[in-house]
Amino acid sequence: MPLAPAITDLEQLKNHPAVARLLGWNADAVVGVKFDRDEMTVFVDRAYIREACVILKDDPACPFNFLSDVTCVDWYPAEPRFEIVYHLLSIPNKERIRLKVRLNSDSPVIESLTSVWPGANYFEREVFDLFGVRFTGHPYLRRILMPEDWEGHPLRKDYPVEGYR
Amino acid sequence: MILNMGPQHPSTHGVLRVLLEIDGETVVRMMPDIGFLHTGIEKTCEAKFYQQVVPLTDRIDYLCPMTNNLCYVLAVEKLLGLEIPPKAQWLRVLLNELTRINSHLVWLGTHAMDIGALTVFLYCFREREEVLRMFEMVSGQRMMTSYFRVGGIALEPPLGFFDRVRDFAGYFPERVDQYENLLTGNPIWAMRTKGVARMTAEDAIALGATGPTLRGSGVDIDLRRDMPYSSYEKFQFKVPVSQEGDVFARYMCRVQELRESINIVRQALDGMPEGPIKADAPGIVLPDREKMKTQMESLIYHFKIITEGFAVPAGEVYQAVESPRGEMGYYIVSDGTAKPYRVHMRSACFANLQTLPKMCEGRLLADVVAAIGSIDIVLGEIDR
Repeated sequence: MPLAPAITDLEQLKNHPAVARLLGWNADAVVGVKFDRDEMTVFVDRAYIREACVILKDDPACPFNFLSDVTCVDWYPAEPRFEIVYHLLSIPNKERIRLKVRLNSDSPVIESLTSVWPGANYFEREVFDLFGVRFTGHPYLRRILMPEDWEGHPLRKDYPVEGYR
Repeated sequence: MILNMGPQHPSTHGVLRVLLEIDGETVVRMMPDIGFLHTGIEKTCEAKFYQQVVPLTDRIDYLCPMTNNLCYVLAVEKLLGLEIPPKAQWLRVLLNELTRINSHLVWLGTHAMDIGALTVFLYCFREREEVLRMFEMVSGQRMMTSYFRVGGIALEPPLGFFDRVRDFAGYFPERVDQYENLLTGNPIWAMRTKGVARMTAEDAIALGATGPTLRGSGVDIDLRRDMPYSSYEKFQFKVPVSQEGDVFARYMCRVQELRESINIVRQALDGMPEGPIKADAPGIVLPDREKMKTQMESLIYHFKIITEGFAVPAGEVYQAVESPRGEMGYYIVSDGTAKPYRVHMRSACFANLQTLPKMCEGRLLADVVAAIGSIDIVLGEIDR
């Protein structure tokens, strides 16, 4: 079954319920959209991510009430370097959506989602530990997988696979 | 007093360190400390070809290796847009459910052993031995099978494999009755598990719990039934959900899942379709060994796939499956080359572990052990 090409045009996708809701709330928040391989991705502006998640969580038609995953992709040396990826699941409607926020390498800071979902705690600690992205408002932002005194952020693309030791 | 339930402890099911602040026997605060089994699998995957990542995925959640394999190959097949023949899909379901039985047997044995019922451990491992021998029959390996490939299954199952599975499915339900006989009506078990480590549905959803940890609190979601993959929609099975949210509720969920899994295994055996076990994609799937030795094109494809890998079109995909512990997901980003750009494993236990402080604070020290057993953690999946 050949792959359909990705749709990245906001005009074509603005009728998707989650996109329509976000556009209806604040059109500046949605920086871009992509529909590829049956998955919806919404690029959200950094300043609005926490409120966008609250809007999607409280949507009466399709509440995205479950945070599946928070992770990061490092696009070094391209800018913007970091892409924080949030996967949301709607338990009543059985739908998934992906939210992405792009961060530059000179300010890898973003607001934490622990006030919306306490379950974002460990995921954000892992992103901080392995990529070096800081989450403001996180109750306990420390390294979680690497030892506390480790220097460097191992999953960045300029960190070698074999490590330094 | 601050007590360290150290990384080396028989009841922590792996190298989990839990820092407990206790006041007498009551736990005031607890904090899990992880990272002792971190081996950098996500980073290693970026340096390997797509087919070379399959053995790495076995070792993440080492109690259900085939489920990890399945999730990864489904994600790569979604990236490629590859269609898998029905026989391969049904075999994947069969082996996935046998893996679920395997994993739940380890959970039941170790959980009961922690609480004190030592006999159950040996009974469970007697059944597990038979399942491991079946895995060895089909893939050569007892645990880290790496049997699934991008595009299907590695090899045809040998003659006698289906008969062996059928025999196992014949006597397994009465074995589950034996385990329930020992535990479910047992007043000591009831006192240790009923009302212990209770968690409400709202807390479970907010903390990111999935699987039996979530279904034990009354939330009815199971990815096999609700977002089916690999022809699960063709199977009839019930999803056990309990309402109380305590250790006993999660125990009942998993024991009933044992019965449902063997039911699915029987359905898979009865309805197994005929056909090829690998997709028709010469540039991605390795050719048959005999063809490789006699035909030039097969030899060239074989050589190219092994030495250069196959390029996957750029894009990203998130594929989730229902592992015995919850929602296991693989987020794979491809940049168009033969090596994945980023592989992230959303491990079910990593999120389930966040429910532990909520469950245990204010309770007795002995309940911590019951709670850790009831959320069924595997440190390989947490630390990767």
